[in-house]
Amino acid sequence: MLWDSARTLVKPRLAAPWIVAAALTLAPGRSALAQQNADCLGCHGEKDFTGERHGRSVSLYVPEKTFASSIHGGLQCVNCHADLEGKELPHEAPLGKVDCGTCHEAEAKQHAASLHGKAMKRGDSLAPTCASCHGVHDIRAAKDPASPVSPLKVPFTCGKCHQEGTTVMQQRNVHQDHILENYSESIHGEGLLRKGLVVSANCASCHTAHNILPHTDPASSIARGNIARTCTTCHARIEDVHRKIIKGELWEKEAHVLPACIDCHQPHRVRKVFYTQGMADADCLKCHDNAALKAGDGRSMAVDAKELQHSRHAKVACSQCHSGVNVSRRRPCETVTTTVDCGSCHTEIAQQYARSRHGKLLLDGDPNAPSCKECHGTHGTLGRLQGSSPTFATNVPRLCARCHREGEKAAVRYKGPQHGIIEAYTESIHGKGLLKSGLTVTATCTSCHTAHGVLPRTDPASSVNRRNVPETCGRCHHGIQEEFEKSVHHEMLGKTDKELPVCNDCHSAHTIRRADADGFKLDIMQKCGRCHGEIAKTFFDTYHGKVSQLGYTKTAKCYDCHGAHDIHKVSDPRSHLARENVVATCQKCHPGATRRFAGYLSHATHHDPQKYPWLFWTFWGMTSLLIGTFVIGGAHTLLWLPRAFQMRRELKAAKEAEERALEEQEQSQEQPRSADPATGGGAGDPEDRG
Amino acid sequence: MEGGVKSRGLQFQRFTRLDRTLHALMIVSFISLALTGMTLKFSYTGWAAFLSRALGGFESAGFIHRASATLMFGIFVTHLFELNRKRKREYGGSFLKMILSPDSMLFGKRDLHEFVGSLKWFVGAGPRPRYGRWTYWEKFDYFAVFWGIFVIGSTGLMLWFPVFFTRFLPGWLINVATIIHSDEALLATGFIFTVHFFNTHLRPEKFPMDTVVFTGRMPVAEFKRDKPAEYEALVAAGRLEEKLVEPYPPVVIRTIRAFAWTALAIGTLMVLWIVYAMVFAYR
Repeated sequence: MLWDSARTLVKPRLAAPWIVAAALTLAPGRSALAQQNADCLGCHGEKDFTGERHGRSVSLYVPEKTFASSIHGGLQCVNCHADLEGKELPHEAPLGKVDCGTCHEAEAKQHAASLHGKAMKRGDSLAPTCASCHGVHDIRAAKDPASPVSPLKVPFTCGKCHQEGTTVMQQRNVHQDHILENYSESIHGEGLLRKGLVVSANCASCHTAHNILPHTDPASSIARGNIARTCTTCHARIEDVHRKIIKGELWEKEAHVLPACIDCHQPHRVRKVFYTQGMADADCLKCHDNAALKAGDGRSMAVDAKELQHSRHAKVACSQCHSGVNVSRRRPCETVTTTVDCGSCHTEIAQQYARSRHGKLLLDGDPNAPSCKECHGTHGTLGRLQGSSPTFATNVPRLCARCHREGEKAAVRYKGPQHGIIEAYTESIHGKGLLKSGLTVTATCTSCHTAHGVLPRTDPASSVNRRNVPETCGRCHHGIQEEFEKSVHHEMLGKTDKELPVCNDCHSAHTIRRADADGFKLDIMQKCGRCHGEIAKTFFDTYHGKVSQLGYTKTAKCYDCHGAHDIHKVSDPRSHLARENVVATCQKCHPGATRRFAGYLSHATHHDPQKYPWLFWTFWGMTSLLIGTFVIGGAHTLLWLPRAFQMRRELKAAKEAEERALEEQEQSQEQPRSADPATGGGAGDPEDRG
Repeated sequence: MEGGVKSRGLQFQRFTRLDRTLHALMIVSFISLALTGMTLKFSYTGWAAFLSRALGGFESAGFIHRASATLMFGIFVTHLFELNRKRKREYGGSFLKMILSPDSMLFGKRDLHEFVGSLKWFVGAGPRPRYGRWTYWEKFDYFAVFWGIFVIGSTGLMLWFPVFFTRFLPGWLINVATIIHSDEALLATGFIFTVHFFNTHLRPEKFPMDTVVFTGRMPVAEFKRDKPAEYEALVAAGRLEEKLVEPYPPVVIRTIRAFAWTALAIGTLMVLWIVYAMVFAYR
């Protein structure tokens, strides 16, 4: 077939036979007129030698060295410029076109029949000539890396016309688009251009060099019927790895009904990852589908094909994870010696994991260490956006709890201060948001601790290390982070040896509450007080503090005046309490507050005579008055007591005497107790009074 | 004459209806003020938090406090009107005559004598002074309220309307006002619920309660014993009869006692709470 012979012509030709042929043809004329190259170069060797073409001045300079180092360096000028043969010098201009076909007959013939050649015949000004690809005096062997038709340069040479934006692509009927771009990203392009594999397919490998034909032409190397052959030129025995898709015998018997390579592997876009590779899963399942299949040590070796089918890796072949299979063995897996290494695809994650606490434990051979499958499962692994995946946001707490719940294997080895993590988290605002409200964007374990880079908080690289906490929280609470990083609590970092607070010092780690919940609002004052002890104490001496202490949140608390995340020194003009801002701050609760009002001492204490003499002396004045009054009143009362008791006794005696007298009177007069009311009026007994 | 009084079972009327009403209202307002105010003063005790909650939270407690304060001001003003009326009716419009009369509330030389005489009597160095209508400790209690209303009332207004007062007063005066208000209130509460309670109710000869300020009436014999000077003056002037009234029926007495006991109990409990807060829970 035509394309068959064309393919052989792609191979670079050796120069030697042509020199011989040229010598033979030139031999007779040499004695008549000695037109040595030197004669030509007498004029054409001058750099500024010009002539006229269509009324325009063009350079007619032929660089001698370039020509000498070209593959035609050994030829005479007149071998190609045959119309000068035997002419006097200087010759008339212009010369006729050089016919490469004089020597390169087969190529010229192919080219003439090709898309390019036909276009040329039509007089298409865009049609490429031999020189368009091969050059003129600087033609080099295709083997020579400097040649524009060397494998590495072919895409660029073709791309001169066949890339987006060129006249050819705009004005001629080319069906494919982004050819060069797609090619450069394809497996072939990557092999050739990035990895420098000169055997990787370039444009000419599929389209041929000179016999380029449209795919609609049955003679074309890329015609539907010919594609398989074109591809198998390199991909020999490709049918062996296509058994999962195409039954083996069809390759032989009914090749014409098979899909063409390009049906699956789009031209110019071929990518390795689109298709399963290597062994077909069916081969593995022949044995592993058996539920009773057991390894030597009793482990079940059964694989649930259905589970795999619905997993994230449904399109990944068994042998891609269980690497090391050898298809040429009867039992291809007998060469598998290592466990699955997820890192062979998930490289970055695996590296991160290796540095994490979990990874280090695994490396140390700790039996409790979680590996990939602990969290992600094995054949049924799902993406973290799939609701039934154990790594789906709402399932993460349960997943981590398997080891980190109180009493479980990770919790028992933990010696830090955090306890009841899972329970606390569940009740926290994040936990409620995630588990009760189902907000999958709510922070879960991995949001703060990361999924694969889990490190203890003491590790400077940990996401929950003090230094990194604002950034970790800021991943969601970005606005707060920005505010906080401008505050005195962050700006003083490195300028003081005191430990500065980060998010969790006030908000806690696992028991985070809504900041507008009463409990949180009240607790926050204790948090400020941990460092600002004295000033917090004096706050509780004021009305604001006292109401807060009673458990109400409607009066000013630390953050109402100082700000929450944007706390600055009072002397800082950015502070809510700076001279310029303080009145407005008071006005938040006390509309109509004036500058004098702002003079209220919100942290006053009456125990400091230097700082607050007025309060000190008022307090002691009032206290003296109080003590004085009580001492006098108390002494008066105590002195009175004995006399009061005495009076009580006397009154009692008087009353008893009166009662006796009355009884006697009653008996003597034998009268009913008609005098009773008078007794009440006269005796003065406190019990009867009133 | 005494025998005649006895047989008719009449009692001496010491307080007018208005006086008694004002005193009763004063009890309600004072206890309310003290209870709600103390929740703030002793906010560091669990008691305070409990009480505040029981009263409906600090806002509700604040409302009760201010409403009671308004009531207290009302009582005060009513009393001043009453004094003015009395001046016109009983003293011919002369202010001087009123304050110099033997029934005057103002301290006089006689009070000094009675004070010294009382101290002597306490230590057994003399007889019990012959007290008149108002003893010196009763006058002290009376003016303590005057002073208290002025001091606590004025500072209380400052704390109620800080924005208004700081238009012309420096802000730190609010702090000073807080201290004065709070400590004077402590003094008033402590004094009323201990010394006043003792002098009028808990003192052994009256124990457990003297209801005269609620009923306005006291047995003539007791009147004669407690206020001999006044009794004699009335007898001498022949005006005792016009001051005698029928006692209240038992149901009224029982009601009054229930009210008085409640007030006495709350007051005593508050004293205990204050002692606990100041001595055991202070910080």
